[in-house]
Amino acid sequence: MKESTRRNVTSFAIVSTPFLWTMIFLFVPYMVMFTYSFYLKKFPTFIPAFEFVNYLTIIVDPQYYQVLVRTAKIAITVAASAVMIAYPLSYFLVFKIKSNQLRSILYMAVIVPLWVSYLLRAYTWKTILGNEGILNSFLVWSGFLDQPTDIFLYNQFSMVVTLTYIFVPFMVMPIYMALEKIPRSMIEASKDLGVGPIRTFLRVTLPLSMPGVIAGATFTICLTFGDFVAAFLVGGPNGAMIATIIQSQFGATLNWPLGAALSIVMLVIVLTIISLSDRLERAGRIDLD
Amino acid sequence: MNDIIQIRNVTKTYPGNVTAVDDLSLSVREGEFVTLLGPSGCGKTTTLRMVAGFELPTSGQIFLAGEDVTDRPPYERQVNTVFQDYALFPHMNISENVGYGLRVAGMAKADIKPAVDAALATVGLMDKAAVRPGNLSGGQKQRVALARALVRKPKVLLLDEPLSALDAKLREAMQVELKHLHEQLGITFIFVTHDQKEALVMSDRVIVMEHGRIVQSGTPSDLYDHPVKPYVADFIGNSNKLYGKIVSADAGQVTLQVGANSVQSTPGQTRYAPGDEVLATVRPEKVRLLADGEDTGNFSVIPGTVREVLFHGSSCRLEVDIGEGQLFDVDVQLERALHTSGIHGSGASVNLAINPDMVSVFPIAEDNV
Amino acid sequence: MKQLSSRLNERIGDNLLTLVATAGMLFLYIPVLVLIVFSFNDNRSLTLPLRGFTLKWYEKFLSNSDMLTAIGNSLYVATVATAVTIVIGTVAAFALDRVTFPGKTVFRRLILLPIALPGIITGISMLNMFKLMGINLSLETVILGHATGLVSIVVTQVYARLQRFNRRIEEASSDLGARPWQTFFYVTLPNIRLALIGSALLSFTVSFDEIPVTFFLTGRDNTLPMYIYSTLRRGITPEINAVGTVIVVLSLGLIILSVYLLRQSEKE
Repeated sequence: MKESTRRNVTSFAIVSTPFLWTMIFLFVPYMVMFTYSFYLKKFPTFIPAFEFVNYLTIIVDPQYYQVLVRTAKIAITVAASAVMIAYPLSYFLVFKIKSNQLRSILYMAVIVPLWVSYLLRAYTWKTILGNEGILNSFLVWSGFLDQPTDIFLYNQFSMVVTLTYIFVPFMVMPIYMALEKIPRSMIEASKDLGVGPIRTFLRVTLPLSMPGVIAGATFTICLTFGDFVAAFLVGGPNGAMIATIIQSQFGATLNWPLGAALSIVMLVIVLTIISLSDRLERAGRIDLD
Repeated sequence: MNDIIQIRNVTKTYPGNVTAVDDLSLSVREGEFVTLLGPSGCGKTTTLRMVAGFELPTSGQIFLAGEDVTDRPPYERQVNTVFQDYALFPHMNISENVGYGLRVAGMAKADIKPAVDAALATVGLMDKAAVRPGNLSGGQKQRVALARALVRKPKVLLLDEPLSALDAKLREAMQVELKHLHEQLGITFIFVTHDQKEALVMSDRVIVMEHGRIVQSGTPSDLYDHPVKPYVADFIGNSNKLYGKIVSADAGQVTLQVGANSVQSTPGQTRYAPGDEVLATVRPEKVRLLADGEDTGNFSVIPGTVREVLFHGSSCRLEVDIGEGQLFDVDVQLERALHTSGIHGSGASVNLAINPDMVSVFPIAEDNV
Repeated sequence: MKQLSSRLNERIGDNLLTLVATAGMLFLYIPVLVLIVFSFNDNRSLTLPLRGFTLKWYEKFLSNSDMLTAIGNSLYVATVATAVTIVIGTVAAFALDRVTFPGKTVFRRLILLPIALPGIITGISMLNMFKLMGINLSLETVILGHATGLVSIVVTQVYARLQRFNRRIEEASSDLGARPWQTFFYVTLPNIRLALIGSALLSFTVSFDEIPVTFFLTGRDNTLPMYIYSTLRRGITPEINAVGTVIVVLSLGLIILSVYLLRQSEKE
């Protein structure tokens, strides 16, 4: 075979395998889901159609609107709480731990749980916050309460605590990296000029680390939008999320077209958030070179 | 002697219509040490990479030992390359690096070892066999890269700016070593560099390139003394530039007017007519300071005033004002200490004598300026 | 005086920061600790005070055949999904790094999408496709779902490694007479090895623990997380703490190893 031909054949083989994979398992499924969102429900399955009735339902029926708002509210609260925990933690690791080795060990300790079983991490909060849970039994045993209380579990509070717990590592990762990139000389220069530590933080460190905060918040919000596991475990009746509703359309409720339409809505919301944050990050980025 | 390499009308165009090599033809004789010389972007490296087989020509053909290898992959060509950054395999030790070319060819382990040892001995690195490349100095890596290429007994060794990462002293030592190695092995070397000194020291033949084309090809002294273009005169060594007009043009000699002075030259092939605008170049060390009352012979004489004396150790350079503020450099070899050599200080009047054979004249009309 | 007070402020600020950071670390690890401690606690309900040490919950889950089947299924899914992911992801990373082709930008975005998208979308969209094509759900459909979601992890890691890869050493290999497959196995692969092993370990762990995609794509067979998920409908038991402890500890180990390898690979 001629060398030029061989090179072209190799290139074609290298590109076509993952390209086909992406088409078959990402592009086509999205298209099918999009198509189904215009179908009509007909027990026990559905019939092909081209109707906007599913989308109309989502707009008209207040139930969906309310769940969407609630999901957004929880997502934003989770992102904010995660920032409140992750930022000081990252700042502490980057600026206060002097030993490089200790710093990378602690950093690893913070981010490693990210990849550990989502289900089990949510599950532990169910055991901690429940009516017969560890927190209640501790409070009763130590005499703070006379009898166990229900206020900890199956509400939006438990949702926020659990999801925050799950996503803190996701938040630490980009903030830590952003803080690590700030040259120490810049902070010292600011202090050298007589600017106090708080103002230095507000004027130098915080703005320079904003891209990390934005990236972390984006991930957290997007992934919270898709959560139905934590909602199932600790959510309770008014902890239902949009993903819970979608999930039930493919299960008990058995309304695939509506489920597909809701998924498309979620996909659009998530993609919008990602592209907005992309733009925000680019606008706010300050080149340190 | 036979041509070991023939490059016939090769053009290489990259996407975006960038022409790196433009209709280039070149033959290299067996055993020759040829250097491709030029600034970055002149196409010298691309040419080398096409000979190696990393790049394929857009058009044209390449022959190796009489065989058309244009469409052969690198692993089917009996040429080997020494890379600029050495490209040693970081995950193998030195003897594994050197033995790699034999191993992939399927040679038995028992036969690889003596060959590797011999190659390492040639470059003086026997004691580093078990070391990883990361723990070697630049000069040592260089030798490993050489040994790795030579162990394959290539018909042609290609060297892509192999000395550019070394410091000045080491580079000079390696130049001499490479030259010896070439004489010792008798293999054809094609060497790519942007360093004109390197090219002059080592090569049998230097090929000066510009914009993907060959500007001039010749022995180092040919190029130095008889550049065909100001580009060559400029790129190799230093030159004084004199702009002027032809006054008279006889068969063997032309006279040109430069400011208030007239300068003679014995030009090559080009025919000039009186009135032609020309550029003349003169090497600083080919100019002599005329002693008082000395006979000029057929030399041109230009009077001037010394502006600056720059001491270089073995020589010194005078910057001489030859009128209208134009400075003319003159290098004077110092046979004695500077202060007893009779060199005039700044402000002194001197007469410069220029041998017509050492003046190169170029028409201005072309892309010469 | 002013300097003194600003020093004092800084000292207080530092202490406050240390306090908050410590609290953050505790927040991250207390639940893990709770999971582990209660897996050894001799009490059917998960309440304080502790009642003493026992291994019976471990014995119980080891004799629970449903759970063991689920673990087997999870191992099968994670192993095959990782293998598929590594192959597809590595080839994709090579395509992105080395080949120019029309639609490359779209291809890159599409293949990296599952990183940012909630798993439920991957799960549902693939469920819809399998339904359309009349494919019955099984552990194999779960494998395809996991592989699709995980490819983006492998692509990011391997692509980052390839970007730092010195292509000259491949040319040198080819120059020295190695055929393309020899160059790939003797030169390319050993140099991207750490990135491959690191992302394989990561993929394996994530696949083993995965729930949102699995939820929609599994048939009659349960993976371990799905089995746990379904038993949680009936309430919580220390037995789940026992199996959870095993999963969490093994996952932590694998991930620490993979993060370590990926960091080493960054230094190559």
